[in-house]
Amino acid sequence: MIGQSVYVPRLLPELESLAPGHRACIGCGEVLAMRQAFKAIGRDAIVVNATGCMEIIASQLPYTSWRLPWIHTLFENTAAVASGVEAGLKAMYRKGRYSRPDTKIVAVAGDGGTVDIGLQALSGALERGHNLLYICFDNEGYMNTGIQRSSATPYGASTTTSPAGKESIGQFSWKKDLPGIAVAHRIPYVATACPSYPVDLIEKVKKGVDTRGPAYIHIFSGCPTGWGCATNLTVRLGRLAVETGIFPLYEVENGKYTMSYKPEKLRPITDYMKPQRRFRHLTDDAVEMIEKRVAVEYYKLLEKAECQK
Amino acid sequence: MAKRVGIETSLAVSEVAAACDVDVVAAYPITPQTHIVEHLADLVANGELDAEYIPVESEHSAMSACLGSVAAGARTFTATAGQGLELMHEVLFVASAMRLPVIMAVANRAVSSPLSVWGDHSDVMAARDVGWIQIFVENGQEAVDNTICAFKMGEDHNVLLPVMVNLDGFHLSHMIEPIIIPEKEEIRRFLPPFDYPLPLHPDKPVAMGDFAPPVIFTEAKWAQEVNLQKSYDTILRIWKEFGDQFGRYYKPVEEYCTEGADTLLLTMGSFSETAMTAVDSLREKGKKVGLIRIRLWRPFPFEELRKAVDGTKTLIVFDRAISTGGPGGPVASEVKAALYNLPRKPLVVGFVGGLGGRDVTREGFEEIILQGEEIARNGSPNEYEIYGVRE
Repeated sequence: MIGQSVYVPRLLPELESLAPGHRACIGCGEVLAMRQAFKAIGRDAIVVNATGCMEIIASQLPYTSWRLPWIHTLFENTAAVASGVEAGLKAMYRKGRYSRPDTKIVAVAGDGGTVDIGLQALSGALERGHNLLYICFDNEGYMNTGIQRSSATPYGASTTTSPAGKESIGQFSWKKDLPGIAVAHRIPYVATACPSYPVDLIEKVKKGVDTRGPAYIHIFSGCPTGWGCATNLTVRLGRLAVETGIFPLYEVENGKYTMSYKPEKLRPITDYMKPQRRFRHLTDDAVEMIEKRVAVEYYKLLEKAECQK
Repeated sequence: MAKRVGIETSLAVSEVAAACDVDVVAAYPITPQTHIVEHLADLVANGELDAEYIPVESEHSAMSACLGSVAAGARTFTATAGQGLELMHEVLFVASAMRLPVIMAVANRAVSSPLSVWGDHSDVMAARDVGWIQIFVENGQEAVDNTICAFKMGEDHNVLLPVMVNLDGFHLSHMIEPIIIPEKEEIRRFLPPFDYPLPLHPDKPVAMGDFAPPVIFTEAKWAQEVNLQKSYDTILRIWKEFGDQFGRYYKPVEEYCTEGADTLLLTMGSFSETAMTAVDSLREKGKKVGLIRIRLWRPFPFEELRKAVDGTKTLIVFDRAISTGGPGGPVASEVKAALYNLPRKPLVVGFVGGLGGRDVTREGFEEIILQGEEIARNGSPNEYEIYGVRE
């Protein structure tokens, strides 16, 4: 996949739905992922955006970076608003007041808006079976409000509300497995992706929007501002997260797991952690413990994919 | 021609929302509103209403889904009560500020704790400043008529605001009354199809709900306020049009026996009918009393209220909610504010009662009026009186 780098720009659709000039930080992995995702989604789409980084960078009155119809209302209700848009269009199409049968409803939110405050609305929308794609851009914390921990923050990471200290290792809990929770709703399509693997990401988003029924894609998106790393490392850290087994890429189609990428051997997690300030305080013992747990989780996932073959 | 039928108010409201041809209903069950959304679910299930029914997982999501469906251009209805309205709270602000005309029936209910499923106005009074048009009705017919009007008011291009129709929980929501439910054809003549000016549409992308830095926020809020105030004229026009077609006229402030009255009682909602009988009874005894009822709570009918109380000595305001630690009842304090700067104004005496479903009878209202007059003569150590409390 690394070998594809030179060709990638030629392989991707030229369409841009997010205009340049937005106010994302240098090296933002979320906006990179969003740009890639919307290349796959096309123009027959409506975007429902949660409050968060991706909302504020693209929507300061009286401007917008969006070339698609776009709505933002609140933080925790994105999946519910998207349900309403979907239902509204469905009813109007049936009654002859809306002419497009295939308009894609795409809900986008950060990890806080998805795994914490928006989880109830998301669960409701997935359970009810609305025809929509929900994308979580996961940068592992509340970066927009000043780098606080969310339940997607990895164990050991120092954030402003899980600071490392004499009595604290930093984040005290293990990252919530949101793709697993989405799978438990028995929806037709769940996937993980990362903008460091653009071809894979775009293929998955295409599958997601073409799914009849709810689809959920969890995109790992680097955040130099929140992670304390050099701004040119976003893409590299994404790859390292995948190669260390910290963020495996996989799909779950109608309950069937498939690994999208299997590194021959997992890299040591220090390769991934070292360039990031949020992990700098961790002792060798702590790193070793995390590495073991990462491996356990990774092989559990691999087993699921293998035994379903 | 529509016939008068005996029907529960909740079911009548659902029937008429369906007759208004709603496209989307997003709702969550909560007593005492449940009969409304249950009946709508029945109508959809039986193919009598062609709409999407979204059985959401909370009231927060109910209102959120309503935002989405109106933004897509679909006519949208929901109903809630009590805790449900409170859970919706932050979403209510968004509906009005983003000019999304969601139409909602609220079967007014007390707010916990202690838990009470019974009626009072605590729920809606906490939602006083959310920017919605708010109407109070006092019987089943008014609930039906104002639900129809609510769609026309909210969806009017000069308004585009969400509308709340407040009907008292149980005392009204569960009351079986003789009600005229207009025929679908009659409603169609009155209510044009919903035509949202700039819906979410791929052919013409719009951005809805941007964030506002300080340089533009005040202007955005002021535009919203001017719009809500200006909706007043449209509301009056639509009530007039409704009256002309259906023969039942509505006003922002309704008056009963106010001619020559020295004392006026002011109520909102279904208790007003009981209060009327108290006024009748006191008039028979030679007392110069009357009743005024605020029907339009937002935008507040300042002029009509001032006119209605002009020349009265005592105005007794009956609230079904407490502003805890504050001036007593929210209605009384707003009424006082509306009258304070007038050179000639009545003395305002506030009563709070009918909380959490407790009834106030005709005798009760007579007692309130007489006690209010007594306070007007001799004063009271209290900021407001609480009616019927056992200490």
